[in-house]
Amino acid sequence: MRFWLIQSLNGLALGGLLFLLSSGFSLIFGLMRVANLSHGAYFMLGAYVGLSVLNAGYGFWAAVAAGALSIAVLGAIIERLLLRRLSGRTFSQVLVTLGIAFIIADSSLLIWSGDPMPLPVPRALMGAVPVFGVFFPKYRLAVVGISIVTAVALWALLERTRLGAMIRAGVDDMDMARALGIPVPRLFTAVFCLGSALAGMGGVLGGPILSVYPGLDMDMLPLALIVLILGGPRSVVGAFAASFFVGFVYTFGQALFPQLAYVILFLPMVAALVIRPSGLFGAQTA
Amino acid sequence: MHRRTLVLALLAAGHGALAAGKEPVRVGFLTVNSGALAAGGRQMEEGLTLYLKEHGNTLAGRPIEVVTLDTAGQPATTRTRTQEAVERYKVHVIIGPLAAFEALAINDYIKQSKVPVISPSAAAEDLTQRSPNPWFVRAVGTSAQPNQPLGEYAAKTLKYKRVATIGDDFAFGHETTAGFQRTFEENGGKIVQKQWAPLNVADYGSYVAAIKPDVDAVYASFAGANGLRFLRQYAEYGLKVPVLGNMTTVDEGILKNMGDEALGVVSCGWYTAAIDTPANKKFVQAGRAAYGADPGYYTVGAYTAAMFLDLALQKVKGKVEDKDAFMKALRSLDIPDSFRGPIKIDDHGNPVLTVYIRKVERKDGRLQNTVIQTYPNVSQFWKYDPKTFLSQPVYSREYPKAANLEQ
Repeated sequence: MRFWLIQSLNGLALGGLLFLLSSGFSLIFGLMRVANLSHGAYFMLGAYVGLSVLNAGYGFWAAVAAGALSIAVLGAIIERLLLRRLSGRTFSQVLVTLGIAFIIADSSLLIWSGDPMPLPVPRALMGAVPVFGVFFPKYRLAVVGISIVTAVALWALLERTRLGAMIRAGVDDMDMARALGIPVPRLFTAVFCLGSALAGMGGVLGGPILSVYPGLDMDMLPLALIVLILGGPRSVVGAFAASFFVGFVYTFGQALFPQLAYVILFLPMVAALVIRPSGLFGAQTA
Repeated sequence: MHRRTLVLALLAAGHGALAAGKEPVRVGFLTVNSGALAAGGRQMEEGLTLYLKEHGNTLAGRPIEVVTLDTAGQPATTRTRTQEAVERYKVHVIIGPLAAFEALAINDYIKQSKVPVISPSAAAEDLTQRSPNPWFVRAVGTSAQPNQPLGEYAAKTLKYKRVATIGDDFAFGHETTAGFQRTFEENGGKIVQKQWAPLNVADYGSYVAAIKPDVDAVYASFAGANGLRFLRQYAEYGLKVPVLGNMTTVDEGILKNMGDEALGVVSCGWYTAAIDTPANKKFVQAGRAAYGADPGYYTVGAYTAAMFLDLALQKVKGKVEDKDAFMKALRSLDIPDSFRGPIKIDDHGNPVLTVYIRKVERKDGRLQNTVIQTYPNVSQFWKYDPKTFLSQPVYSREYPKAANLEQ
């Protein structure tokens, strides 16, 4: 009983973390059809920026904001200067974003050295609390909470605001949206900015659990891909459900069949690609 | 991902009139400047540079020219870089590479091309056991070498009866854990649980939560950043069971970034910055002065490799060109008074060395691995007969078999 409870909590916590990682990735792919392979690097860079802000003596939440803002700016610049010129050329975009990922990784190595560094857990969230009789780290529960808040905010943005309506129009039919006078290029920049900000924020929030180290970028990228494929590119709800699905599958896979953890993780992805290319949780319309 | 091929001519002008005019000894230094292993690569470079600086870039009367090559930690690249070092730069000797899988990738090429290799960190057992290479000598021990004493220490001195293990799911994790398991169980202990985590696992939460709560200790065998990540999460879950570690779990290279979660971890190694001898104090002072940190696994490995080069060159009076004589000198090194304690190379090219059992303590505001027990003259074969040892399978995930696992 204790086993199932604590591993369920673990699955939940990992799911929350995965949503923070991959919501931006899914958002960008959904609208722009860009598989942004530098997303993992944005996540890592966000964590490093957060670390520097913390080391400069500011608080944890300031670090989260700094991580989100700096990566948002970086994303905006990359979108305007590079990706815009390559619009429609999927292969070039993949290569460029991969190249950027390498550049970020190497620059980070120069700036922050290669030493692995943990981000401290904010004081108020240190330690463990009893949940139905088992002790569970407070901070992980907070991450789940933050991911839920983020999901609701994103959902509200997309479903309840004018900007969201424009984004949805762009996702559904780009040409029609253009014809209706929606400023698609500006929309792209805005979405790329937002997606990048989410990655940067996720990096700082993930830092106390994952630490930050060279290679974090490439450890995270496949997980974002899996969530995207399972969740389908079209909805926040899909990404949210897929994150927790992957969190649970990964956690229980590791705990029950440690030798097969990765197989269990990638199997649903392969199945999804074959049977439901739009994702297990995605919209069915093509 | 080969990005940098730095050719560092460390030929300082005006150094040693004796050295002037003499042909330099060319050293191919295989390191990692990019990717996940870059921190280790940088520390190796620091160790090598420190030794050469202390000796004015002149060993046995000959200037030293270092050709630094970045392998990116990828076996295929390591192979081409090694070839480049040998065929293009015509190096006399190689120091490197960093990772065991890299060393294994160039093992055959080294045998063919007959270039002396001094390994500063690769600990894979079979490099000096079942697939020996006459051109290879190790400046550090094998994976299991310090863990075999630790297993005995845990059973006999710490009186632990039941231990759970967790480690990186790759050869280094398997070999270190196997060495610990073998001697721990032979001395009456029981390994009741074994967990392996993929090297790049996102989160140790599910592993930590699965650790049996009623064990006497947890043996953690991690390399690189993983020791830091594991211990953080271990503390986060509020576990109080004592932790044992291999030589890299709380290595000085990452210990400096750890906090209270590392306190009390008992680990093993062929070095700790806290060894209380004048030779080591001098070395640690030099390392701190140059790089602001205590030397750890990789720094010490590369520094020792440079020392091996120095002593072997002295034995052959600088004539590195006589490869057979140089190699013989390397493989018969016997250093009674190194900063790590006595070091003597055995018949297989691996040092017999002092193993330290260490405990993380905070002293003068910094964490250190305090020596709590010393095992002198530890061979890679521990107390076993080398012949019998070599006739058994190499340490792995499956060997020795864990007979006491509990469901």
